[in-house]
Amino acid sequence: MQKTLFDKLWDSHLVKSIDGLDVLYIDRHLIHEVTSPQAFAGIEKRGIALANPSKTIATPDHNVPTKNQHLPISDPLSKFQVETLRQNCEKHQVEIFDLGHPQHGIVHIIGPENGITRPGLSMVCGDSHTSTHGAFGCLAFGIGTSQVEQVFASQCLLMKRPKTMRITVNGELSKGVTSKDVILYIISQLTAAGGTGYFIEYAGSTIEAMSMEARMTICNMSIEMGARGGMIAPDQKTYNYLKDRTYSPKGKDWDEAVTYWETLPSDAGAIFDREERFLAADIHPMITFGTNPGMGMNIGQAVPETVDDAGFDKSLVYMDLQKGERLEGKTIQHVFIGSCTNGRIEDLRAVADYVKGKQKAEHITAMIVPGSKQVELMARAEGLDKIFTASGFELREPGCSACLGMNEDKVPAHEYCVSTSNRNFEGRQGQGARTILASPLMAAAAAISGKIVDVRKFI
Amino acid sequence: MDIFTQITSRAVPLHIEDVDTDQIIPARFLKATTREGFGENLFRDWRYKKDEILNADFVLNNPLYSGEILVAGHNFGCGSSREHAAWAISDFGFKVVVSSFFADIFKGNALNTGLLPVQLETQQLAIVFEHMSKDPDTEFIVDIETQTFKIKNTDHSFSFEISKYKKECFQNGFDDIDFLLSLKDEIKSFEAKIPAFL
Ligand code: SF4
Repeated sequence: MQKTLFDKLWDSHLVKSIDGLDVLYIDRHLIHEVTSPQAFAGIEKRGIALANPSKTIATPDHNVPTKNQHLPISDPLSKFQVETLRQNCEKHQVEIFDLGHPQHGIVHIIGPENGITRPGLSMVCGDSHTSTHGAFGCLAFGIGTSQVEQVFASQCLLMKRPKTMRITVNGELSKGVTSKDVILYIISQLTAAGGTGYFIEYAGSTIEAMSMEARMTICNMSIEMGARGGMIAPDQKTYNYLKDRTYSPKGKDWDEAVTYWETLPSDAGAIFDREERFLAADIHPMITFGTNPGMGMNIGQAVPETVDDAGFDKSLVYMDLQKGERLEGKTIQHVFIGSCTNGRIEDLRAVADYVKGKQKAEHITAMIVPGSKQVELMARAEGLDKIFTASGFELREPGCSACLGMNEDKVPAHEYCVSTSNRNFEGRQGQGARTILASPLMAAAAAISGKIVDVRKFI
Repeated sequence: MDIFTQITSRAVPLHIEDVDTDQIIPARFLKATTREGFGENLFRDWRYKKDEILNADFVLNNPLYSGEILVAGHNFGCGSSREHAAWAISDFGFKVVVSSFFADIFKGNALNTGLLPVQLETQQLAIVFEHMSKDPDTEFIVDIETQTFKIKNTDHSFSFEISKYKKECFQNGFDDIDFLLSLKDEIKSFEAKIPAFL
């Protein structure tokens, strides 16, 4: 029988099935400070040890400051949470990429850049954007804390097999249109709940032409359609990216791995439970207007009169926007560039390239938070930090930062922030904060202009 | 997990769709390292106005409504995978959440932590909301064995889905970890066969 990439990955990790539930073996478990303490406490309460600590890697990212990371954390609760992670890792022999560690960063950035994320693996993390790793042709999805505890206890998860959907995007993207626009477009077409119950494979010439980093942005936001995860078939680009990374297989193992990886792409004729098709030519730079990522539109459009979403009216009140209003030209106050969606080196390069020699608008606060220490160091080595500083942007140290506003990086109430992150929920970036999701390029242009603009008019 | 077979209770109507996990428990309250105490901040930004004054318009502050059942609009629990959302709802005192649709991860988290998600059809949910708005004292009977959600003193009895396995978990008060630990040997022999290059 012809199998999809998803089927191959799922079946190769199936320990057994029982009553419609599958026991799935987990190859890599990434953990962070927010969703792991209760799971550690849980196994301790049961009096058991981690089944396989060598398959677990930890990093504090959600709740860490992005300034002065060499100093003790000043917020006592955050400090306690990070210290709890350190203690748990020490006690249970889990490797940790701590603050200041050369491999520290947002959990979904450090997996790929260190070669921990690879085709053919099953990977989980107590964080919904674990879907990011699927860009490498692995089975990657977010789990809750009870499931973190399950993996701690047994290196397995009890799961219902999700349905499969293939989203095919064909054609060449026009200038100024990026992978972020592609995924925001897809979500706006399928809605914030449109992918529920599915594992999505992205395919087509548009996806194939993308860099690994751009592919990660696509898979990252699968969850914003409610999908269980996203994935892209591994190809030569995937192998080139992984070759010689710290944790990548070496020598004979590498060759064997590539031979295996080449068997993974969906067979011709494999059946998906659902198929959706889009054309690159229909995709323009995107922005969101509402309070879920499905409420997006292209920059040339006006806020719709109606949306098939009962939260629509309420979201416009929260955003202080009107039906029929055009957002192009609207003044904003903040720009946030970062997160596991767009905090990689290519994103920073795209921003630097645009802002070089330009000045941010005076009233704008513009913050750039690299996704990892490696991204930060690369940016500095390439001189991007100087470009950012000269343009009035602040380059911080790595972490989730204003993506979820758990640390002190928050957007004040009622102010607008054009953000490269993935969620525009009420209060996500701070109580009352109004988030407009966009690509790094659109965010850079907004910072320079001081308002929402169509980046295509400036490049 | 506690044993759960049947409850009879009044309910709280949360007539809002797409309630996301950032509303259920805002990120700034995720700093705790234990499971307890999240109920205090359930729907924090809806329950309180900016200056920490109780928002009288929000249903959890409406003295007319109380109970162990939360009835919510379509696509409840979307957003992040934080299990804290399920804990917060349980910790507040709810044992059952009713909706016409649950976000995937939330549903799994709820089932794993002993909070029963009851998914009804859209029209059935409308009937439930209608009864609650007419009479806030309406009682409901949730029965795991028969998989039914009844509006007390009416003919309305709606069935809901729950897997055989999860049903046994609720009825016996055991969870997935107890089950997985019983498979230790099978897991070990699976693990032994994983090739080195992976
Ligand atoms: S950057 Fe944002 S979305 Fe990504 S892991 Fe951190 S909080 Fe989650």
